Amino acid sequence: MTDPKILLDKSDMERAISRIAHEIIENNKGVVDVCLIGIQRGGVHMARRLSDRIDLIEGQKVQVGTLDIAMYRDDLDIRDEQPRIRRTDVPFDINGKVVILVDDVFFTGRSIRAAMDALMDIGRPAVIQLAVLIDRGHRELPIRADYAGKNIPTSKNETIEVVFKEDAGKDEVILKRSEGEE
Amino acid sequence: MKVLIRNGHIVDPSQGLDSKGDLLVEGRTILKTGKNIKVKANDPEIRIVDASGLYVMPGLVDMHVHLREPGFEYKETIRTGTLAAVRGGFTSVCCMPNTKPVNDNETVTEFILRKAFAEGSCYVYPIGAITKGQEGAELAEMGMMFDAGCIAFSDDGRPVMNSMIMRRALEYTKVFGTPVISHAEDSSLSADGVMNEGRLSNLLGLKGIPREAEIIMIKRDIDLAGLTGGRLHIAHISTEEGVEAVRRAKSDGINVTAETCPHYFTTTEELAMGYNTFAKVNPPLRTDRDVEAIKRGLSDGTIDVIATDHAPHHQDEKLCEFDKAAPGISGLETALSMSLGLVVQGVLDMNGLVSKMSLSPASILGLNKGTLSEGSDADVVIVDREAEFEVDCDRFLSKGKNTPFNGMILKGRPVMTLCKGKVHDLMVDER
Amino acid sequence: MSSLGQKDLLGIRGMTREQISLVLETASGFKDVLKRDIKKVPALRGRTVFNLFFEPSTRTRTSFELAAKRLSTDVVNFSVPTSSVVKGESLLDTIATIESYGVDYIIIRHASSGVPHFIAQHSDASVLNAGDGINEHPTQALLDAFTIMEHKTQIEGLKIAIVGDILHSRVAKSNIYCLRELGAEVRLIAPPTFVPSHINEEGIDIHYDMDEGLKGADVIMMLRIQRERQGGGFLPSSDEYSRFWGLTRERLNMADPEAIVMHPGPMNRGIEIASEVADDERSVILEQVTNGVAVRMAVIYLLGRSKEKEQ
Repeated sequence: MTDPKILLDKSDMERAISRIAHEIIENNKGVVDVCLIGIQRGGVHMARRLSDRIDLIEGQKVQVGTLDIAMYRDDLDIRDEQPRIRRTDVPFDINGKVVILVDDVFFTGRSIRAAMDALMDIGRPAVIQLAVLIDRGHRELPIRADYAGKNIPTSKNETIEVVFKEDAGKDEVILKRSEGEE
Repeated sequence: MKVLIRNGHIVDPSQGLDSKGDLLVEGRTILKTGKNIKVKANDPEIRIVDASGLYVMPGLVDMHVHLREPGFEYKETIRTGTLAAVRGGFTSVCCMPNTKPVNDNETVTEFILRKAFAEGSCYVYPIGAITKGQEGAELAEMGMMFDAGCIAFSDDGRPVMNSMIMRRALEYTKVFGTPVISHAEDSSLSADGVMNEGRLSNLLGLKGIPREAEIIMIKRDIDLAGLTGGRLHIAHISTEEGVEAVRRAKSDGINVTAETCPHYFTTTEELAMGYNTFAKVNPPLRTDRDVEAIKRGLSDGTIDVIATDHAPHHQDEKLCEFDKAAPGISGLETALSMSLGLVVQGVLDMNGLVSKMSLSPASILGLNKGTLSEGSDADVVIVDREAEFEVDCDRFLSKGKNTPFNGMILKGRPVMTLCKGKVHDLMVDER
Repeated sequence: MSSLGQKDLLGIRGMTREQISLVLETASGFKDVLKRDIKKVPALRGRTVFNLFFEPSTRTRTSFELAAKRLSTDVVNFSVPTSSVVKGESLLDTIATIESYGVDYIIIRHASSGVPHFIAQHSDASVLNAGDGINEHPTQALLDAFTIMEHKTQIEGLKIAIVGDILHSRVAKSNIYCLRELGAEVRLIAPPTFVPSHINEEGIDIHYDMDEGLKGADVIMMLRIQRERQGGGFLPSSDEYSRFWGLTRERLNMADPEAIVMHPGPMNRGIEIASEVADDERSVILEQVTNGVAVRMAVIYLLGRSKEKEQ
């Protein structure tokens, strides 16, 4: 790795989340029947923040669930280590709801494919939308985000790390370049 | 054809020899031992063997082997078993009667002897069964088997559980003076056990054989020998308490002798870790304290004999469930090397070791073997105590490749065996 | 990072607290799945599981079968009476045959201790021990630990009494290893004929008197008394066993008031456990069955890739 570069700082992240919250409200004409489901792990923090922000704007709490997609990944067969299984906690009915999937980094689209499959095994939403903090490109599946905090073109040997203060005590988005993996 | 073995270190307990010297053999007979034996130079009728740096000793006598013939030729035959014996430095082996049919009558005894005469690379002395079919119920025709050539009686592989039968056997054999060899195992106590009972059997979840299964039977048989005045020999002692019981009996003047096997003084039950079926043997491998006790027993003369309990099995009988695996170790081709360790450790001197592997079993069985004295059979083994080699069961001459010592580096090995008028150059076979 | 870091699950002995905890955590993820309408995930699609049972066992086999199916594997049941094993085929032949079908996991139950270890040495597949002889039954211990965790939140410091035929019980042995690794204080209650002769070397308390042994226990784990051991060599009779070592309501009162009662099943009602105790609200026996599937899913999932697939 060479010198990590800070792409977004705390206030950049706040502004991005705030904008997404506004767009969600506008797009859905309010938040009736809207719920947020964060993909483990980064998406979970972001979903909670979106919910708080929407509450601030609309004065209405949006339900938040967490979704673990490990069991639905398409690379289980080619990995050496199995991804850790985390909690899936959707304590409300998603049938007929507008479900907004939330993730921190949007990359190949494979996680979102897995998340949609996982969601379908829980129920049948009326609509699924996608909200991401960072869209770094390199899509491998025909999936697009409905809400993106920031588009950041990257090369494939870079990694983007979103740090949440819930985990690491501070908010920031970092770009790392890994060498020797060309 | 004469063979002159020159400049070897001759060890012959029967003559108290333990020094450099030469040995001259003609055909099947020893002509003499001595210093600087002179022969005609360049005589094509004399083969001269330079044994400098090597030990020259009487051919070893193994009083406990399983040759498996008749009936289990897929495990071993008299031909392959005696080839393995010669390679291990043995020139006489005594085969146990648990064949199919059991050697419990003179016909089987005669069959074995005929086969051994025709195909055996070394001398074979059959041990007859104590009871018919080794079933422990009725005495076998021991007198007729003795006449046919049996030199001892045993139900080895199985105990004689009925004390009355064992008493009768010890009494009856007094007629011909042969020992009764006890496979000391209380089978009601060992039940379906497969390894030594203890912390390790618990850890592996394998059913244990308590040491008491051996101890109780050794004590019973000693008491019966005391009662009857019969000659008792305890096979394959594996426990400290067993050694102690024999020591006591000897000091009480009871007519008892005892043997152990290399695996009981070199290894412990730990060898079974990982469900290693090659370490499954009966009696089972025990613990460190037993190993130490057996060495003490060898050292102080309580244990008279080192035998192999050579128990060849087919690979399929070992590559299977531990419970199902056949117990036993193919021991003829490693026994001497493993036993030489006792000399290195100071448990026995060379004289003591050679005695326990030749003269002592021969005299227990009344065989005129285990000696290099003039006129006796030219059964000789030459040993290189310094040679190191790796045990490779695939190169065993025995059909039984079942050894837990495969891959182990051993020091000391026989390099030449003379038997039945033939010179077996073992290092040539090696190449 | 979250595989067990081993090809096989042969026993609890040798597993670390971290490994055990990983299984239990993963199992709670799978338990969520089992609560849904759609109780299946595609995690191990395309993999093949062989259920190789040399001993009759409907429960364990069914539990493994469900677990494997809920991970989307293909499950093949291979049990003794219909197989060629009875015709004298060697174990090695059986393994070779199964290997030729192409198999990723072998779940093995066998009456001889060490058979799973033997298979693991001779097969590339991941081997899961579903009970071997009197040795181990690791998934039972893991599901027991999972069930205890659900009721007691942590195992460290709990007083756990295991009652019954310890000597012949692979369930007891795996539980002893597992619970002690997790920091519980394990005690054994049994007639002396059912206590392994060298177990005291492990520093485990042994009680012959059940009332004494149950005092203050947080968990009571009853073991099944095998019918063939009820009379004869080990015990005078099942009546006598029941009188001294059967769990009755009165005896249950000796334990902690919050104590839970467990049994690996199938129960002998009226012998090792009184009916009213089996049906008592403190009994968690049916939860054990449910949790068994989640824990077995976790174990299969965590053993991960059985072999290097060709690129």
